[in-house]
Amino acid sequence: MLKSQVLELERIRDDFPILKRKVKGKRLVYLDNAATTQKPRKVIDALVDYYERYNANAHRSLHTLGIEATEEFERSRRGAAEFIHASPKEIIFTRGTTESINLVRFAWAEEHVKKDDTILLTLMEHHSNIVPWQLVARRNGANLKFIELDSQGRLKMDEIEEEIERSPRLVAVTQCSNVLGTINDAARICRRARKAGSLSVIDGAQSVPHMPVSVSEVGCDFFAFSGHKMLGPTGIGVLYGRRELLEEMAPFQGGGEMIREVHLDGAKWNDVPYKFEAGTADIAGAIGLLAAIEYLSEIGMEKVRRHDVELLRYAIDALKGIKGLQLYGPERAEERSGVVSFNLADVHPHDLATILDGEGVEIRSGHHCAQPLMEWLRVPATSRASFHVYNSYDDIDALKAGLEKAREVFRL
Amino acid sequence: MSAEIYKEIILDYYRHPRNYGKLENYDISARDTNPLCGDEVEMRIKVSDGGKIGEIKFQGKGCAISQASASMLTEFAKEKPLEWVKGLSKEDVLKLLGNPDLGPARIKCALLGMKVIKTGVYQYLGAKLDDLSAGE
Repeated sequence: MLKSQVLELERIRDDFPILKRKVKGKRLVYLDNAATTQKPRKVIDALVDYYERYNANAHRSLHTLGIEATEEFERSRRGAAEFIHASPKEIIFTRGTTESINLVRFAWAEEHVKKDDTILLTLMEHHSNIVPWQLVARRNGANLKFIELDSQGRLKMDEIEEEIERSPRLVAVTQCSNVLGTINDAARICRRARKAGSLSVIDGAQSVPHMPVSVSEVGCDFFAFSGHKMLGPTGIGVLYGRRELLEEMAPFQGGGEMIREVHLDGAKWNDVPYKFEAGTADIAGAIGLLAAIEYLSEIGMEKVRRHDVELLRYAIDALKGIKGLQLYGPERAEERSGVVSFNLADVHPHDLATILDGEGVEIRSGHHCAQPLMEWLRVPATSRASFHVYNSYDDIDALKAGLEKAREVFRL
Repeated sequence: MSAEIYKEIILDYYRHPRNYGKLENYDISARDTNPLCGDEVEMRIKVSDGGKIGEIKFQGKGCAISQASASMLTEFAKEKPLEWVKGLSKEDVLKLLGNPDLGPARIKCALLGMKVIKTGVYQYLGAKLDDLSAGE
């Protein structure tokens, strides 16, 4: 058994209660982390602790529980800010990446994207970074332009830079593809965008969980990510917005918390970021997210990244050895995050996922909410294995064995 | 639900689908997809004298379960009266597939072909689509 050179895997695996369960009588090999990650005991405990000890609404009630809940909720905001090198006033809590991007759509784009403006996207975007912009474009008469990829699924940088020269209204790009794993040079794209007077939105759903990210280094105007893909609970996410922009923007939803004063003839908005947080927030979710951030920070995001690269090298090698297997995405592990997508001969990804499930190996199969990318790859779907801190070389060996089994079942 | 569901007969119909293609001369046409999987099945039927399913062909893409069951269904339905489609059930389809233990995630793949043939025939007969779930 090969041991990780980067992480103390045995200790880390012990922190995740779910890894003890069996699937179909086999050891659980969880390789669907790009969809959602498992949760360490620390996160589960933080949720239970909140509900058992200080459950109350934040920013409303003046009693002891209310004060404690508010303090922890705001400590979570500061934790999230520190994690991506932003200021707490620039951190808006949302339900997840999708809601974060939709917040930009409703509170900024609907007003500022005009007829014949261009919104620049790429072929590797997740539907959540395509559909909101299609809706804005349809409503306001704007155009969408998609930047192409090279044969290894890397963004054509010269093409995107050329397009940015034409000053699109908005550039919306993922920092990391959820299918190909391709890591994009978001800093270079955002620098160019700012120079051209274009606003930038970065989808960080797949990058923040896997590598150190600094929004000040990236230099974006908006940045979105989710808690549940980084060991945190579902239902909580973050939108970072540049302070000056947030100050000028209209609110997102109307309701409690987002107002300063309400009269029968109108209302005054609360300060940022509360202006964008109508209604009772997912307080437990934010507290759970902080626990996840602390857990990841204790390991260190540099190490999380190095572990990913180590597993990627091993996985790419292992999968290349399987006859009839087609791998997608950049060849070099350094150019991608912990995601490998592939197809095996004429076996449909759903059939493959079923066979692997029988071996306890949980992968994702389908279009991964990236149908334009599937069209570009000329496949209806792919299978995808994705890693996180608790995955080991053993897990990849199990994946490989499962794929060999699929070859037998399908008589390849 | 695991490798055991991939019986020889399913692989055979997946790799060599019977009645695959597109009828140019047809009376009934229906298509549906499985939004979770992206499986796709389209069927065309030429109604013969006496209100029977004369010619029937299907096209589609997707997993072995969805494509094999659609193909088997076209063979099964041939020469049957249109009214027969109303009584077609989930059990019939599973029997064609050799009664695999599909589980909730994959049963929709198996039933896509049935949904398509029912949609087409019900529309042709002027029956209400609400009755569609009858056989499921």
